[in-house]
Amino acid sequence: MSERNITTILSTSRSIKSAFLTLLVVLTQAISAGVVQADEYKTVAVADPYLEMRTGPGRGYPIFHIIDRGETVQVLAQRTDWYKVRGPDGKEGWVDRAQMEQTLQPDGETTRFAQANQQDFTDAKWEAGLVAGDFGGANIISVYGGYSLNPNVSIEVWGSQILGNFSNGWMGSVNVVHETWPDWRISPFFTLGTGVIHTSPKSTIIQGEDRTDQIAHVGAGFRVYATRRFVLRAEYKSYVVFTSRDDNEEVEEWKAGFAFFF
Amino acid sequence: MESRFRVLFLVLPMIALTLSGCAATKSLFGRGDKSAPPPAELPQGQVIEPEVERRKVKEPKIDTEDFEIGAFVGVLSIEDFGSDFVYGARIAYHVTEGFFVEGTAGQTKAGLTSFEILSGGAPLLSDSDRQYTYYNLNLGYNILPGEVFIGEGRAYNNALYLIGGLGSTRFAGDDRFTVNFGVGYRFLFNDSVAFHFDFRDHLYDIDLLGEEKTTHNLEAHVGVTMFF
Repeated sequence: MSERNITTILSTSRSIKSAFLTLLVVLTQAISAGVVQADEYKTVAVADPYLEMRTGPGRGYPIFHIIDRGETVQVLAQRTDWYKVRGPDGKEGWVDRAQMEQTLQPDGETTRFAQANQQDFTDAKWEAGLVAGDFGGANIISVYGGYSLNPNVSIEVWGSQILGNFSNGWMGSVNVVHETWPDWRISPFFTLGTGVIHTSPKSTIIQGEDRTDQIAHVGAGFRVYATRRFVLRAEYKSYVVFTSRDDNEEVEEWKAGFAFFF
Repeated sequence: MESRFRVLFLVLPMIALTLSGCAATKSLFGRGDKSAPPPAELPQGQVIEPEVERRKVKEPKIDTEDFEIGAFVGVLSIEDFGSDFVYGARIAYHVTEGFFVEGTAGQTKAGLTSFEILSGGAPLLSDSDRQYTYYNLNLGYNILPGEVFIGEGRAYNNALYLIGGLGSTRFAGDDRFTVNFGVGYRFLFNDSVAFHFDFRDHLYDIDLLGEEKTTHNLEAHVGVTMFF
């Protein structure tokens, strides 16, 4: 094994250890924050004949308590489409969004509990996703984060790991994505971007050396609104790798995956 | 090659053209209408200016608890290399009450193969190449959510979930594309702290022992997570 491999692995193990420690710190802070922050909650009044409280944040959990019209509840937390509320008698339970929508704010207005829908799919500012597929015969796993400048144009930052039979590598790129019909449920897009690719041959391959090259790509694909915050995504990209050799390399990539917006 | 470049350079101006024609890009370049409405004039003959001070209602935000973060310890059996202690961390985002996405990273160390023990010869791998680290990105579904009872007076929420995804494993000096799937059990001690019991199978191809083969690496672990 080469020296390089040894050092990388050592550093990986060290980074995991430090991540572990950071996690512990975050956990302890989260616990203490949970204890301290108990001051102000959103308060709504029940306008329906009654509000049903369930024992858990899911449609199957039993209803164990109801709160009558006119009484107020405090909204303690939200998990997906469920709200944890505290009634006037101190009982705590989970209420679904449809019922929370029927409650009134202190000023008498109906409460808005925004639910992600197809309009948000068009308008949402942030998106993150995971896609995987084929990169010129190698496997590729990518994560990306995107920010919409407006419904049509967004900027995405991608990080990918490439795992092939003969070499491995990673790739980072910045893309501009243009959606011509962002309000369609199946929304086609075009993308253009640039970045760097790093490849290193597998340890069983004797020849070859590590390379870092610049890349540029064009591509096209579809974003499909699935449900709630979920988006399905499929795309094709054509890469040009600007190598230091006589010829540039061309790589075709096919990927599919899912994303969610927020 | 050349044709590909031609396509690239044709697409560029095309996109630029579409962008410039697109009404939505107005705000992108800060050319949107921003003129404020003219100030309302006081009605004539009004002597007293009403000083109604609007009460500022600051709506407290609802605390969303869709993220789950935690750590786990367990046993990972590396095919041909024995079983060893594994530890790691996980973060999950609950998208709906059914679906969640999860990222997991873990680490263990491979032992000796039976051949290495029996022959007593030179080891197959150096110490550092025995380090086994993995990460994976998964999609999970709570297939059996429900309540469990301990005694008469206590009920706890729980869920059995199916989970699977893709990732990479670094072992024997190389990164390997890894598919993993499994089943897990989430026991919620209260609404923000959960215990996990997980079984996973990590599959990847390796040609370390002569021929390329797909290996199954089974993992069982227990973990604690916090919702935030």
